[in-house]
Amino acid sequence: MTTFKKTGMQTINFDNPPVITSWACLVGPKEGEGPWAKDFDRILADYLFDEDSWEKAENKLLRETVKLALTKQDLQTMEAELLLAGDLLNQTISSNYAARELNIPYLGLYGACSTMAESLLIGAMMIDGGFFNRVVSATCSHHYSAERQFRFPVEQGVQLAASAQWTATAAGAIVLQVKGQGPRVTCATIGRVIDMGVDDTNNMGAAMAPAAVSTIKAHFADKGLNSDYYDLIVTGDLGAVGMNLAKELFVQEGLVPAPNYSDCGVLLYDGLQGVNAGGSGCGCSASMLCGPLLKKMINGELNRLLFVATGALMSPTASFQGETIPGIAHAVAIENA
Amino acid sequence: MSLLMAFLIGGILCVIGQLAMDLTKHSITPGHVLVGYITIGAFLSALGLYQPLVDLGGAGATIPLSGFGHGLAQGAIDGAAQKGLLGVFSGGVEATAAGITAAIVFGYLAAVFFNPRG
Amino acid sequence: MYEEKNEALKAAEKQEYKDLVNRVKPKPPLLVNCLWAFGVGGLICLIGQLFLNYLLNIGMNKADAGSATAVIMIFIGALLTGLGVYDKIGEKAGAGSIVPITGFANVIVASAMEFKKEGYIFGVGARIFSIAGPTLLFGFVASVLIGLVALIIK
Repeated sequence: MTTFKKTGMQTINFDNPPVITSWACLVGPKEGEGPWAKDFDRILADYLFDEDSWEKAENKLLRETVKLALTKQDLQTMEAELLLAGDLLNQTISSNYAARELNIPYLGLYGACSTMAESLLIGAMMIDGGFFNRVVSATCSHHYSAERQFRFPVEQGVQLAASAQWTATAAGAIVLQVKGQGPRVTCATIGRVIDMGVDDTNNMGAAMAPAAVSTIKAHFADKGLNSDYYDLIVTGDLGAVGMNLAKELFVQEGLVPAPNYSDCGVLLYDGLQGVNAGGSGCGCSASMLCGPLLKKMINGELNRLLFVATGALMSPTASFQGETIPGIAHAVAIENA
Repeated sequence: MSLLMAFLIGGILCVIGQLAMDLTKHSITPGHVLVGYITIGAFLSALGLYQPLVDLGGAGATIPLSGFGHGLAQGAIDGAAQKGLLGVFSGGVEATAAGITAAIVFGYLAAVFFNPRG
Repeated sequence: MYEEKNEALKAAEKQEYKDLVNRVKPKPPLLVNCLWAFGVGGLICLIGQLFLNYLLNIGMNKADAGSATAVIMIFIGALLTGLGVYDKIGEKAGAGSIVPITGFANVIVASAMEFKKEGYIFGVGARIFSIAGPTLLFGFVASVLIGLVALIIK
């Protein structure tokens, strides 16, 4: 008889929690000037990474991050059994082309900036389900390739709104295995697409906050946990505006994640770095997780982390047609054994 | 004196654009501002309201894109007077041809010689 | 019936959230933005006036001097964009650097440079007009309309 691993409406439990055995994180120059410089594996000197376009640089960023995560365990690239990756560019070219070079069996994902959580939770399912022994979950974003796809030409003089966010140039990769040393992925909550009618592409945090709150609420309801169970709950890239909105919504929903609640978009940069409301992009939550957060788990500063990456699932075409911005968030619980 | 007036009139025209961006919906982008200025400039000019501004502010009224619209409108009106229907089509661009061509050619040359650096 | 009620509830929720967003969202610093727009926009026009005065002084006629001034200002805007300076000015100046004709040059050059990697025909050639195109389109349409009216009421 099949036993289902789902609990409640949206949450899945892993019977044999997959182990995060190694991880890596490469970031761009601006992220390297932020408060977490010492926690990243490598800081790029410029945005081109010895390539001739930003798109190619982004592909290389992802590729090198995946390689580095495997190398940390003395693994060859070919020893990875499956790559789960996605990014922000049309047709997820960064991931597709990185997978071409890496030559690892590959499933491409699109969850916008929620991809780190999406790839991590699918990877954990693949391993707990007994399909694979070693899966790499990865994502990346590049400030200038995203800027030209979603906003204005880079050299155009544009005054940004205070609620606008800065797409991070960063990639994160996590190696999941059946056995090993490291924090474990214990359960995950798959989010619904929530659209509360925000149509301002300069205020993505506001578009995603309701999705983040919905997923966190579902997670606690499904698991029957107290809100102080986790040492830290981080959302992906709500930024300052979205985080304030999330806090208001938590109160409305009767949830109390504070004071253990924060947001990667708020954490990634210093207030003085000219990023307005904070960071965004797939690389924002990926670099915070694969940089400082997992390091803190290894140090024992954190033992239970709920990582809630958030994504805005819009496209310029849909925006021009007057569509509002749907948001999504997936929660992944990472705990020390 | 002409410098002061250019500064004042030009500055005021830009502040109107700033207010249009800050006080209206978030969806007003630089593209909207440019389209708005050239179109509104042309219609104000046709109504005879823009020439006084040019007399007063000189470059302060011609350098903003509404001045470009003024040039297009006056060109079309002159063209209509001199050549009739053909002038309606040729007058506007004739009057502003130097600027349009310069913008396109310099744009192309800049793309050849420079790369966006971010 | 149930569906309808659901829709109404959803709309009310969305409106409530919209109000919350408007409350939490930081407002643009209007006075500071306007001062920057005034200062930078005014300065660009003042520089234009300097060239205009010079060209008139050396004996150019009014129309030619105006056209030449436009060409010079467009050149300056294009050069500053190419050098990566104009977008930095624009971050502060807002409309002050968009409204003058240098801003028109900026959108043309920025679009052209941006798509260089996609080649000269369909990259630079096609995309150079991504923002300038609408501006020229509506300018030309307005000019022809005005010319037609002028022709009719003559």
